[in-house]
Amino acid sequence: MIYSDKVMDHFSNPRNIGEIADANGIGEVGNAKCGDIMKMYLKIEDGIIKDVKFKTFGCGAAIATSSIATEMIKGKPLEEALKLTNAAVVEALDGLPPAKIHCSVLAEQAIKTAIADYYKRQGIDPTPIVGEIKDDHCDNCCGI
Amino acid sequence: MKGQMPNTTIYFDNAATTRVSDSVLNAMLPYFKEEYGNPSSIYSLGKSSAIAVEQARKKAADALGCEEKEIYFTSCGSESDNWAILGTAKMMAAKGKKHIITSVFEHHAVLHTLAVLEKEGFEVTYLPVYSNGIVRVEDVKAAIRPDTALVTIMYANNEIGTIQPIPEIGAICKEQGVIFHTDAVQAVGNVHINVKEQNIDMLSLSGHKIHAQKGCGILYINKKYRIPNFLNGGAQERGRRAGTENVPAIVGLGVALEEAAAGIDAKNAKLKKFSGQIIDSVMKIDRVHLNGDREKRLAGNLNFSFEGVEGESLLLQLDLHGIAASSGSACTSGSLDPSHVLLSIGLPHEVAHGSLRISMSEYTTQQEVDTLLEVLPKIIEKLRDMSPLWEHIIKGETFKIG
Repeated sequence: MIYSDKVMDHFSNPRNIGEIADANGIGEVGNAKCGDIMKMYLKIEDGIIKDVKFKTFGCGAAIATSSIATEMIKGKPLEEALKLTNAAVVEALDGLPPAKIHCSVLAEQAIKTAIADYYKRQGIDPTPIVGEIKDDHCDNCCGI
Repeated sequence: MKGQMPNTTIYFDNAATTRVSDSVLNAMLPYFKEEYGNPSSIYSLGKSSAIAVEQARKKAADALGCEEKEIYFTSCGSESDNWAILGTAKMMAAKGKKHIITSVFEHHAVLHTLAVLEKEGFEVTYLPVYSNGIVRVEDVKAAIRPDTALVTIMYANNEIGTIQPIPEIGAICKEQGVIFHTDAVQAVGNVHINVKEQNIDMLSLSGHKIHAQKGCGILYINKKYRIPNFLNGGAQERGRRAGTENVPAIVGLGVALEEAAAGIDAKNAKLKKFSGQIIDSVMKIDRVHLNGDREKRLAGNLNFSFEGVEGESLLLQLDLHGIAASSGSACTSGSLDPSHVLLSIGLPHEVAHGSLRISMSEYTTQQEVDTLLEVLPKIIEKLRDMSPLWEHIIKGETFKIG
């Protein structure tokens, strides 16, 4: 299995890694049994993602997809961040091996979950804005 | 990963494959361009190839403690396992015996072959290996039935390096009149093997684990048994295994086996020292587990699990430092589940994902061990710092083992 240079770059030098102490939107997806967990921290001001940080437990692709996804939403309005698809993440990484596509799905879900958390904290029902977030990347995995 | 690899690799993946030794390569070279005859040919060029194959067979027989006519050259360890199991099954089914005993953590060359037989109506008993990764002799004894055709238990496990009580299992099988096969791919060159003294009826081995080339192996078959052929065709290997002999590979395998058998004690003394250093150092890391029995293991094979860390990331980080090793994590197994071996010794999925196998050879140096031990704790710390799972673990929010 061969990762692209872009994946290896984001794996070896992950961008925006860490936590945000005063984050106002936090999302965690995945589970330990399946071998990957992503946690996104957002600092949202005036509808703009001012800052984003992540922590990931997982394979090289999981770390690289979360890293590049944070780059793709930093400084963007929420509406735009919500449009980020896993396909766009894969493309930005110059592709992923087929077995690793689920990592990009996880990155998309992590962002949506963090934005939904932000809306909830504002007392706004996130479902009409963010939609249903299915944590389904493990559907075929580990028999859960 | 072009552009990522440093010029020199610190190689800790000798259970995956080994470099060909200089003496093996030198022995092989004449058989490519000068002595290239077909051993079945009548003229001198063919005859010298045939003699070379027979000399290699003598070396192999000496290394295993059997007769030359009990050695069959094959294309790999997997072919040897397939032939031993399918051949014995066919032979014994004719006598109404369709029960096979094995362990849950065999190599897939054994497990998948047995799965084929199960579909054909054979019944397979999978013995547990407990938390230390060792089959219990009394379990083998209790599992043997009047219709048991074969017991097949690996000599040493490929992932966690635990050594099985093969002579004792062989003795039980002999006493009960059951054929006993062992996949000794990981054990050869690391453990003293004598098939006659250890009551082994069939033994599989592979060349590339002991510094011969890839694509060559041996099946030893006790001369008492005449199992049906696996590969049909020409009269090679006394009519038992068709296909023109891979003469250079066989010559190399003969030399490799001779050297492996002669070098066991010296190699183990050196690797025991290195293993001790690695275990002492790695076990100082918080929440780490040594997988498999601490004593009954191959001197050069160590397997650890680091909680809160995922194995593939660990391997990629090691690779960035020029270190090659392997893991039983799902991401590196090509499937979605972590290795069946790690699950068989009772590791939860979460912990199995964070495994690292370090396997050494006689070429491993103190400097390489020192580099590994310098780099590894830093990588674990780095990966844990970015791991939300580690956060949960230290807050006591998740699984506990041990």
